[in-house]
Parts: sequence; structure tokens; C-alpha cells
Amino acid sequence: MLAVTFAPPVLHIPDGFLSVLVALSLWLVTIVVVIIALRRVNADLGERQVPMMGVLAAAIFAGQMLNFPVAGGTSGHLLGAALATILMGPWAAVIIMTCVIGIQGLIFQDGGLLAMGANIFNMGIVGVVITHFVYRSIRAAAGNRVWSIFVGGFLSAWLSVVLSALITGLELALSGTSPANVAIPAMGGVHILIGLGEALITVGALAFLYFTRPDLLKIGEAKPAGRGIWLAGLVMAIAVAVASPLASSHPDGLEWVAEQQGFLMHAQSAPYHIVPDYLFPGIENQALATILAGIVGVLVVFAVALGIAYARRNKNAASAASQTQH
Amino acid sequence: MHHTIEIRELVFKYPDGARALDGVNFYIAPGEKVALVGPNGAGKSTLLLHLNGILRGEGSVRVAGMEITPSNLLKIRAAVGLVFQDPDDQLFSPTVFDDVAFGPLYQGLPEAQVRARVAEALAAVRMQDYAPRVSHHLSVGQKKRIAIATALSMQPEILVLDEPTAGLDPRARRDLIHLLRELPQTMLIATHDLRMVAELLPRTLVLDQGRIVKDDATRAILDDEDLLRAHGLEKP
Amino acid sequence: MHVHFLDPYHAGGSPIHRLDARVKLALTLAFIITTSLVPFGAWAAYILLFAIVLSVELLTDLGIAYFFKRAFLALPFALAALPLIFTVQGAPLATWSSGAGTFTISVEGVERVVSIALKSWLSMQMAIALAATTAFPQLLAAMRALRIPKLLVAIFGLMWRYLFVLADEALRLLRARAARSSASRDAQYKTGGAIVWRARVTGGMAGNLLLRSFERGDRIYDAMAARGYDGEARVLPMPALQAAQWLILGGGLAVCVLILLLALLLA
Repeated sequence: MLAVTFAPPVLHIPDGFLSVLVALSLWLVTIVVVIIALRRVNADLGERQVPMMGVLAAAIFAGQMLNFPVAGGTSGHLLGAALATILMGPWAAVIIMTCVIGIQGLIFQDGGLLAMGANIFNMGIVGVVITHFVYRSIRAAAGNRVWSIFVGGFLSAWLSVVLSALITGLELALSGTSPANVAIPAMGGVHILIGLGEALITVGALAFLYFTRPDLLKIGEAKPAGRGIWLAGLVMAIAVAVASPLASSHPDGLEWVAEQQGFLMHAQSAPYHIVPDYLFPGIENQALATILAGIVGVLVVFAVALGIAYARRNKNAASAASQTQH
Repeated sequence: MHHTIEIRELVFKYPDGARALDGVNFYIAPGEKVALVGPNGAGKSTLLLHLNGILRGEGSVRVAGMEITPSNLLKIRAAVGLVFQDPDDQLFSPTVFDDVAFGPLYQGLPEAQVRARVAEALAAVRMQDYAPRVSHHLSVGQKKRIAIATALSMQPEILVLDEPTAGLDPRARRDLIHLLRELPQTMLIATHDLRMVAELLPRTLVLDQGRIVKDDATRAILDDEDLLRAHGLEKP
Repeated sequence: MHVHFLDPYHAGGSPIHRLDARVKLALTLAFIITTSLVPFGAWAAYILLFAIVLSVELLTDLGIAYFFKRAFLALPFALAALPLIFTVQGAPLATWSSGAGTFTISVEGVERVVSIALKSWLSMQMAIALAATTAFPQLLAAMRALRIPKLLVAIFGLMWRYLFVLADEALRLLRARAARSSASRDAQYKTGGAIVWRARVTGGMAGNLLLRSFERGDRIYDAMAARGYDGEARVLPMPALQAAQWLILGGGLAVCVLILLLALLLA
């Protein structure tokens, strides 16, 4: 049996790691961008692209199974945002990555559901926009010479992964679930290496396609690319480049934002009572009350579980009995 | 009812100018069952894609009594059921039901009628119980049957099949041949399976290098070993 | 060779399996949002949430072990939160000094890290329950019911359908690579080649996979067009929710709100 591993879930934020405010804001941005992308893809590319995007999303997902050993038990993987952007243009790539990340979260729990908006934003929107900006710029600067496909592919793939990682770190810091001076450098540092794997695979795939079906590399270019996305890429790249070191050297600022996100998330400023004191009259010691309440809670859970398990067993036994009767 | 295919001087060029079809002519009468044979690359699949307007060449293609034009494309597609070689291409929906319902849905039929069509088509290929199943988990033979049902649900006058027996084990192939014999539609089948041709299809067209090189009774063609050898075929 | 293990759906007839996919998807989202909204350290609320998760898991007839095993997959991510035990200000739990400086672990910091890990673990289990008891075609219908654009849902459906086909193709490529990967008998040659070479081989496989997908995408479009496809996503309407399903939906949402209120009142 071949070992099948998927992309390391380092960039896929699970639920629980983003504050509701951050998660919902990024959902909102993602929904708006995806709806625009759907309109643009439908208008510019035509109905033929619908099955194509579905199959390419499946291909990118399946492509994430292809890995190569690097060192020390780690392996290089494909994330695919850069490849999708270079091959299909930015709008279709946003849709493709949305589908990939959506299925990963919904079916394989690779990334959360509430956090899915953020995951699509980080990998499917930032990754795509950065790739588009870097790749197009390098291609244009090189006068569309052949080598720029590979240089552009390498740099855009690497940068898209690194910047996606930095943004992920920023979001964690903003949510107050990881200190900025740890999350951002750690995320960035790890993905400077992971990004190399992405870049090498992307170039390998581009080379294969260039030598077998060079016409496929022209599809992405023929699409009306839009100066807007290019500009968005420029702005995004600068913003992340400025914000990440700033945030990680001044973590207090982000902490402050995180603390301001409403008392709901950060009620720890008021010491939390599991069961108010009056429930346990006579017990002054708060720690003891906590432990007692914890025991009560565990008992409640156990009672619920036992009750349901018992009911299910009786029911299944009854239905099995009635089946054998027939 | 017309149930006919009539092709005159059909030429199709690839973008690089090479001719995939180089002046094809033939007529298929209502209810006829015809084989299309020839070596790989002869243009068989390209020809089939012309029969419901997915590819458009120069020349005239009249199907079910209609000349193919952009305005009657959807009518043509309802009249001609096209079954592709790889059932994984044909079965693109999450479930068997969705796939068989696809054609009727795009014909704009109301829900009750769509459901009736699906039930009928699945019954015709004897796969009634498979409607809620996921296509991926089916065997190749089952997928081929469902693929035929996706065409039957549109109630076509003409069935066009590309390599229906390719990749099937002997029993699944036998079942499929029985199924094809039962279906009443006018039929054009592109295939390398000359034993099936001998058994099922009284007339054969031999296509090579984009031209119909022979159009005759199947028995006459299968007896002409020189002809078969010249066009990369082998007597079964 | 078929890749079946990709599909986490387990067919069954449990009450959770029978629940309408629209209700399940909505309640799963509500549960996860509720879990995210519960304040750090609100242990009573966590216990209630855990009781709900456990009940759902028991009702699926799949065995709790299945959920626990899969849910632990998310735990490595909790490493990202671990440094908070030092950085969050609060009552000191432990302090020690070393050459690098003084480290203080705060009660609030530990509370927050444990809370984050718990939230993640609870949410994950609910998401697993949804995927394990809901066939994907029904999830697609539920997505449409939640007003996700039909075109996007159609692409989701196509992707899911071809995921299995392409995963099979990817496995075949990996096998072909494995079959040709061998060590030289002469020990002085290092096996496997340079990393760049390995990456290029892998990239070639990815390119190969993409090329086949492009070709397949064209053939699928032909097959769709042959059946009258016109670019619009069309499906049969879903049957209306039954009263009992509405009741479960309403009850589930009410429980979520109650837990949140409780957490707030206690805070």
C-alpha cells in the first residue's frame, strides 16, 4: 500500500483558532471575491470552463498526494494556487482553490468550517493574487521570453506560499490565539522552506506542460487579466511585507486589537466561575469549588452518554430481533 | 419520425490544417444498425462528435430530418443520444440519478416527468436499483449501462456509441450486446470489436484517413480479408 | 484500484444519518460558531458542548473511537497557541529563570491555551460527524439550500466526482515512480538523486496529472453539451422540510443560544 499523505495542514486553520470577528470578516471578504470571480468566469470564459474548473480542482487536490522526500521525514508538497493561477488566470484560480479548500474542510476536516473563509482567503485569494502579480510582472519584464515562465513560476509559487503563511500568522495574532512575535516569524520561517517545495513542483509541472502542450500555458494569458488584480497583488505584497515585521516586533499592538474584540472572546479578565459560589455553600476555597464543579460536570456528561448508549443498544437489539423474526 | 442520418461531403480540419475528415458521405435509414470501423486515428470519434453538433465541419450533416444549425442544436441533441467511450467522462454527476436526469432537466421537463424518464431509462438498462448510487463505486460494465441510460432518458431517435465494449470482461460484454440488441433506436456504433459487429450490426462503414473507404453488408466486409488488412483490421 | 478510503461517509440508518442534510449542515455551523463564541475558561459551557458532541457521536452508531482518533489530527496546530502560556499577562502559575531569562507561566495563559485546544477539538468532532453521516450529494443539496451559488455547487459536485478518478490516476503515477526507484548495487551512489531532481520528477507527475485533467475537462464538456447543457446549473427542487425537521432545527439553535447565554451569565 502506498503511503498517501496530504498537504501538511499548517496553512489550514482549524476551528477554534480564529476569533469570531476575524473569521466572519474574512468570510465576508471571501464571499464577495468568490461571487465576483463566478460572474467574471461565467462572462469571460464561457460555459466550457465549468467542467474544466471542477476537474482541475480535483487534479490540484489529487496533486497534493504527490510528494517527494526532502529530509528528516518531511516532504515537499504541492498547494497548487500558483499552478492554478498560471494555467487558468486569476478568477478561475480563485474558484478552483475555493473548491479545493472547501472540500478539504467539509469532507476531510483539513481546516475548519468557521475558519474556512479565512483559509480560502489566505490560500485561494492571497495566494492567487500574489502569484498573478509576480508571474505577470516577471513575464512582462522579460518580454514574454520562455525562461520567464519558469523563473516567474518559481518565484510566484514561492512568494505566494510565504505570503499566505505570513497572513495566516497575522490572523492568529489578531485573534489572540498565538502571540504575534511567535506566530508570524514561525509561520514565515517554516514556509520559506515549504514554499521551495511548492516552487520546484510548480516549475516541474510547468516544464512538463511546456514540452508536451505549450498551448495550455497560453490559456491563462489569454484571459482578460485585469490591471485591478495586478494592483491588488502589488498592494497586498507591500502590505504584508510591511505589516509582518512590524507586527512581530510590536506584538502589543496586535494584542491590543485582539483584546478589543469584545468581552465575549476575552472574558478571562473577569475571573471565571464555573459554578457560582452559592451553589456550594460552605466551600470558600475557589480551587476546591472548581474541582467539585468539574466533577459534577463530568458526571452530567457521563449520565447523558450512558443514557443514549443504553437507549441505542436497546433499539438496535430490538430491530435486530424483529429482523430475525421475519 | 425521421430516425435518419445523412452526411454529404463532410470535411473537418484541425487547427493546424490537417484533415481529420476528408469528404465523408453516407446515409443511414430509419431503424438501421450500422458499424463504423477503422484503425485508431481514422477519424471515428471526430465523425461521431459531428452527429450532434459538438464539432462543426464543412459540408452537410442532416440528422433526424434536420440540418444542423445553431438554432436547432438543442433539438438535434435531444434526437441523438451520444454515448462516449470512457463512461467516467459521461457520468459527471455525483449520483446515478443526477446523471440520468441531466438530459431531461436540460430539455426543460417538469419534475414528475424527469423522474419518470429516469426510472424508464434505468429500467431499460436493467439498473433500476442504482439511482441513488455514486458512479465511482460501480464496475465498468455497470458504468457503461448507466452511460447508455443517460442517453436513453432523452428519448432519442438515434443512438451513437463510441467503443461500447472496450474494457469490458467477457460476461459484461455479452450482457451489453444483449442490451444493444433489445434497443429499438437507429444505431451507429464505432468499434474495434468485429465479433460484436458480426453478431449485431448488419451493415458496416470502414473509415480510414478521414474517408469512408467501404460501405457494405457486414458479412461481405468481414469476408474481404485484403480490405480488412489494408485498414488495420483483423477478421474475427 | 479504486481510492475508496478518500470518502469519509459511512452509510447507516442512525437518527443522525436520517436527519435532513440541510438541518445537519445548519446545526453543525451553529454549533461551531457557538463554540467559538464561548469565552476562554468557561468550563461549564465546554462541558455542555462536550455532552452535545458525545450525544451526537453515540447516536451515529459509529463508535466514539472513530471521532476521537480523527479529531486528534488537529491537535498539532495547537502548538501555535502554546506560547500564550508565557505571553498572556495574569496570575503567575510557575516562574523559573535560566540563562536566557525569566519565564513566567500565567494561569490565564494556560486557561487560554487549553480553551483554544478544547474549542478546536469539539468543533472538529462535529465536523467529522457531519461528513461521516451525510452522503456528499446531500451535502451539495444542503449547500444550495444555504444559498451558495448554484454554479459553485455544480463545480463542487464535478470536483468531488473526479476526485476519485484523479486520485486513482495519481496513485498509478506514484506506483510507476516507485516501480522504477531502486538503489544501485554499488553503495557509493546515493539513492534518490538530488532534491531538485526529485522535485522535478514530482512536478512532472503533477504536470502529467494536469494535462490529463485538461483533456478530460474537454471530454466532459462534450458529454454535457451532448445532453443539452447550456452553461446554467439546473437541478430538481428539494422537498420542503418536514415539521419534525424544523423542530429539530429550531431546538438545536435554541440550545446553542441557551449555552451562549449561560456562558455570558456566568461570566
